[in-house]
Amino acid sequence: MNQEQMDVQLWNYIDGRAKQEEVSFVESMIVSDILWRNKYKELLEVNQLLKTDMELEQPSMRFSKNVMEQIVGLQPAKATVKYINKNIIRSIAAFFILTITGFLVYTFTTVDWVSASGTSPLPFDLNKLNPGQLNVSKLMSSTWINIILMVNVVLGLMLLDNYLRRKKKSSVQH
Amino acid sequence: MHVGPSDKEIITRVLQGEQKAYEWLVTRYQSFAFTMAFRYTKNREDAEEIAQSAFVKAYRCLNDYRGDAKFSTWLYTIVSSLCLTFLRKKKLTIHSLDHEAVFEVADRVDSGMRANIVEEKSKIKLVNDAIALLNPDDAKVLSLFYKGDQSLEEIGLIMGIEPNNAKVKLHRARQRLKEKMQQHFAVEVEEYIQS
Repeated sequence: MNQEQMDVQLWNYIDGRAKQEEVSFVESMIVSDILWRNKYKELLEVNQLLKTDMELEQPSMRFSKNVMEQIVGLQPAKATVKYINKNIIRSIAAFFILTITGFLVYTFTTVDWVSASGTSPLPFDLNKLNPGQLNVSKLMSSTWINIILMVNVVLGLMLLDNYLRRKKKSSVQH
Repeated sequence: MHVGPSDKEIITRVLQGEQKAYEWLVTRYQSFAFTMAFRYTKNREDAEEIAQSAFVKAYRCLNDYRGDAKFSTWLYTIVSSLCLTFLRKKKLTIHSLDHEAVFEVADRVDSGMRANIVEEKSKIKLVNDAIALLNPDDAKVLSLFYKGDQSLEEIGLIMGIEPNNAKVKLHRARQRLKEKMQQHFAVEVEEYIQS
């Protein structure tokens, strides 16, 4: 373990951000290794200095009065969020939902289910399939490919939505 | 812990039209907002102007404060962004640790300290002089963590970075502070350790 890793682990321990197994490891190293012990003591001193002796600068005595004078006659502006009409957001959402639903309905109604089902769940007979004679363009234009693509697009949108929601949620929690 | 009404209570009162209540918030956070600005500007007048602008801006945008984060976190984000705008406008050089000018400042502080034995022994002055030698980002992250009552997650929000990056920044800032202290105030640090 290099010096930087040791520092990081010790700071995590001092800040109380180390996981349980890290705590046990650091504590055992502090007890058994003089290098760790000395480093721990050194970092603890820096931490103590920062905690107790760091001072804040003081602004002028008139600071708060100046601010209050500047806001006289001003009113808090309307919240930015309220400027955005929720109906617009709902309309956009409805447009996308309708478009996706329309695509899905169109795709499923145009599927030739009879020829597609047959004896095999695939749109072609695997027994008769000859890789040398595989017609890729025919396969690509297949309704099944369209369905799979459509499902993938919907799944992709759901994943994106999920990711954005989680990101927003985590930033709010922090 | 603050004396008096909570930040949220004050904000509600201000939004209901009791403008005077805003002075509570100003008084409560003025030192920290000013310190943050001062770390960037290194000039009291500019720092005061930035900190005051931040409070005025916060007041104007108070309806935008949703209460998801602490008011202080939200306010410091405004201060931080105003500081960066100020630096961009003034085209000031942010001193890096390796910058020659920093060492000149350090030498001046160093000799100034040596000229005054009484001051030299002050731990408080020692720490604060060493912090003054750091670059604004390092000084800011240390101030936010130790004096601003901000968690790493909140520091991340203020600085627009992930909490893990905030943690790395904090580690590095402490490391650099230690180096500064050893480099420029070795005698004083030794005396402090022995005391």
